[in-house]
Amino acid sequence: MTTATDMNASSADSYVTADGRTIGGVVMDLKNITLRFGGVVAIKDISFDIREGEIRAIIGPNGAGKSSMLNVISGFYKPQEGEVWFRGSKRPPMKPYQVARQGLARTFQNIALFDGMTVLDNIMTGRLNHMKANMFQQAIWKGKAEREEIANREICEKVIDFLEIQHIRKTPVGRLPYGLKKRVELARALAAQPSLLLLDEPMAGMNVEEKEDMSRFILDMNDEFGTTIALIEHDMGVVMDLSDRVVVMDYGKKIGDGTPDEVRNNQDVIDAYLGVAHD
Amino acid sequence: MSQELAAQGDFASVPALLARNAKTYGNRPAYREKEFGIWQSWTWAEAAEEIENLALGLLALGIDRGDHVAIIGRNRPAHYWAMVAAQKVGAVPVPLYQDAVVEEMEYVLDHCGARFVICGDQEQVDKVIEVQESVKHIEHVIYYDKRGLRKYDHSHLHWYHDIQEEGRVAHARLEDEMAKREAELSYDSTCVMLYTSGTTGRPKGVVLSNRNIIESAKNTSGFDNLGVNEDILAYLPMAWVGDFIFSLGQAMWCGFCVNCPESPETMMTDLREIGPTYYFAPPRVFETQLTNVMIRMEDSGDLKYALFHHFMDFAKKGAGEKYGMPRRKVTTQKKTLEQKLRHGFRYAMGVGFATETVIENLIRLGFAKLRHGKDVRKHFKAKDPIGLKLYRGNAHDYFKYRCGDVLVYGPLKDTLGFGRIRVGYTAGEAIGPEIFEFYRSMGINLKQLYGQTEATVFITVQPDGEVRNDTVGVPAPGVELKLSDTGEIFYRSPGTFVEYYNNPESTADTKDPEGWVATGDAGFFDKSNGHLRIIDRAKDVGKMADGRLFAPKYVENKLKFYPDILEAVVFGNNRDMCTAFINIDLTAVGNWAERNNVAYASYQELAGHPQVLDTIQEHVEAVNKSVSEDEMLSGCQIHRFLILHKELDADDGEMTRTRKVRRKIVEEKYAPLIDALYGGKSEQFIETEVTYEDGRKGSIKATLDIRDAAVVGKEQGMAAE
Repeated sequence: MTTATDMNASSADSYVTADGRTIGGVVMDLKNITLRFGGVVAIKDISFDIREGEIRAIIGPNGAGKSSMLNVISGFYKPQEGEVWFRGSKRPPMKPYQVARQGLARTFQNIALFDGMTVLDNIMTGRLNHMKANMFQQAIWKGKAEREEIANREICEKVIDFLEIQHIRKTPVGRLPYGLKKRVELARALAAQPSLLLLDEPMAGMNVEEKEDMSRFILDMNDEFGTTIALIEHDMGVVMDLSDRVVVMDYGKKIGDGTPDEVRNNQDVIDAYLGVAHD
Repeated sequence: MSQELAAQGDFASVPALLARNAKTYGNRPAYREKEFGIWQSWTWAEAAEEIENLALGLLALGIDRGDHVAIIGRNRPAHYWAMVAAQKVGAVPVPLYQDAVVEEMEYVLDHCGARFVICGDQEQVDKVIEVQESVKHIEHVIYYDKRGLRKYDHSHLHWYHDIQEEGRVAHARLEDEMAKREAELSYDSTCVMLYTSGTTGRPKGVVLSNRNIIESAKNTSGFDNLGVNEDILAYLPMAWVGDFIFSLGQAMWCGFCVNCPESPETMMTDLREIGPTYYFAPPRVFETQLTNVMIRMEDSGDLKYALFHHFMDFAKKGAGEKYGMPRRKVTTQKKTLEQKLRHGFRYAMGVGFATETVIENLIRLGFAKLRHGKDVRKHFKAKDPIGLKLYRGNAHDYFKYRCGDVLVYGPLKDTLGFGRIRVGYTAGEAIGPEIFEFYRSMGINLKQLYGQTEATVFITVQPDGEVRNDTVGVPAPGVELKLSDTGEIFYRSPGTFVEYYNNPESTADTKDPEGWVATGDAGFFDKSNGHLRIIDRAKDVGKMADGRLFAPKYVENKLKFYPDILEAVVFGNNRDMCTAFINIDLTAVGNWAERNNVAYASYQELAGHPQVLDTIQEHVEAVNKSVSEDEMLSGCQIHRFLILHKELDADDGEMTRTRKVRRKIVEEKYAPLIDALYGGKSEQFIETEVTYEDGRKGSIKATLDIRDAAVVGKEQGMAAE
């Protein structure tokens, strides 16, 4: 097992967690983000960062602006004020696909898969950003297109093996139960080999057993591929167990930021969740 | 084939057979495994190299002669290699059930004194680490799938490939030692130790020698003409003797290919892709598949539905037995012109009649639809094509079967993955006559065998052409049989086990000095053809209060032949009447419920539904009628029954891992229900503890209805008194 000292030597910023994982420097830095929809202020002057290799949770009561925050990170919403810094450079306003090319992938709160396509095809769409063959090469097939398909299929098969969905490889997604669809969506995001993975409520609507499976996959993913993960989740038990650091939002404002233990003892957070008399 | 191989010299151990295969069949596939969506394969030469590296790696870790190496995992080539590698260095492999819970595993690992454990993945490693707290003699744990294991303490934990690499490096240093140990192996040295499933009490370690394994493999391969061209699918638990003999013993002896599925869930698709030629499955698998076929036929179109039933009815009337069975020998010689023409003609006729059948029935269906509208399925029956009328007698049946082969049997066999089967076996429990007949009539050479771990599987087998569903066949080659006065079956064979490990009392109880072994089953020889018939476990066969014979298994099997009934437990020993617990089959009954707009939320609710109770009552009464026809056993008719509120489960200890009911435990656990059955109550409240798959416990409460069933014959009068 690696000790804290030799890991620290590689980067001044990095540190080692209690369970032996290395957390690197800052990957994504959000500075004073404010997002407005007309007169409604969804996010008010929020700053936080995400470090290499960590699992970062965003929590908060309903309507706190968590999903909006995720949409800002993924480039879908453009904040009126503030800056998004990704890997040391300021990110100009971008289309979501450009953001995806930078190495971001995400899953959605309401499953967004292609129902008529098989699981394998759905996962292959996660590789589209990595395929370079043009229309003519695809039509001729032999040569570049075929080589590319084989190389990308191999990556997808590894993801299928990893998430243990071999038995539904050829099943149309529309026929799958909810829990498996969630897993397929995760597989598609993972197939893109992202450096930062955004998960929007990966465990919503699941039973305890499915939640345990999903938690195991998230931890294994982080462990095996070193993927940085930012997730929104309502299940406090899951969040506290999984994440390295937690951001707590309420009414568009950041009310807490720190390790699960710090957040758990933060009076503002307790008030936001248990409710407090507004005077 | 087998004589030819025997002539090449004596092979006294499994590693010796491996060396022969690597030399003789070096370029033929030995193992295949589906991984990352592709069938990866290893030739015999490659497999031999993998095994050698692993064996050398084990030597480098300091394995001793006679050490036990526990192997826990699903069917993968690497795990089979581990077994042979252990044998190569003089150790004894001990495969364990991978779904065993920690306590079960703890007992076995403690009992066999294993120093080395080879695990499939993290799940198994976790269990072994938990066991290590109390079992101190485990020194090294080797795992194959490294996922999730990176952060574990690796001082005594090794990755399979690292061990192989170590072996490769240490090749020059340890080669002589390995060769020496391999040469020491004889026909009488231990080949493997397998634990019995423990239907009664603690599992026992059955020690099998090379002689047991190789002789059994040799005899039965000859019996069924198995050769190097077979393909089998290895999907049964590795800890079970059957898998050891099929996937290792016979595979090594014949040199055929062992295919491992991608994961347990993909077994059915993998079966279809491989299309094994030699196949073994317990009756339950065939039952499930038949249920699935029937459910899917219910959902199919009217024409398909009608054709399926038309041709299946025809095949079941004996045509399947007569025209469908695969040829015994596969000839590799080139076909002569005459044969080619004959085959071409046969195929053309099949396709021709099939086309005719489809067109004619489609037209008839059109008219039938005009008349009956939506009810057409009830009124429309498929018919033979007009063209077939040109032929009479045998020729008519023959061509009709070929036509059915093109339309129904062939595609169905292909869907089920049975397209290439030459020999199929089922054993472990009695198989329902309808199920057995269904598969055989399609042209699948499904046979029954009777065996046990102590006999290295084979005691009796059914020869081709003498297959019946109520017998288990004639003694396997080399096996002698005798019956005791009480009807218990004894056997003696080259496959008879050496001993129970560290348990001389049990060994002496089971095996007498002359080598006769008690099976614990009661049976008799059928007078008409000399085949053996099994009634029940000898100790389960009891007497009722009035002295009549009580054979619960006999009645339970009759009940279980109904698709609606998954499991049944009959009571009545030393009582004045028989009663039964019944488990419904959720797939079959659930489908029925869906069709009849019966809403249900759980197994428990469906099990308590009055209409379900009515259906089951009909089944019970039908069974009573058929039991009453047998004079000896007519006392076993069921007077009262209930449907249990939960499925009997291995996790709750009610069944063994091979899904046999543990009668005693069920009797103790549900004592209030039994009292209610005999006490004449019409309902009974019960609370039961259940164990979930992750080991947590919960409880189920229910009030169960108890029904009376009508009985037939003399019984009737007695019941009235």
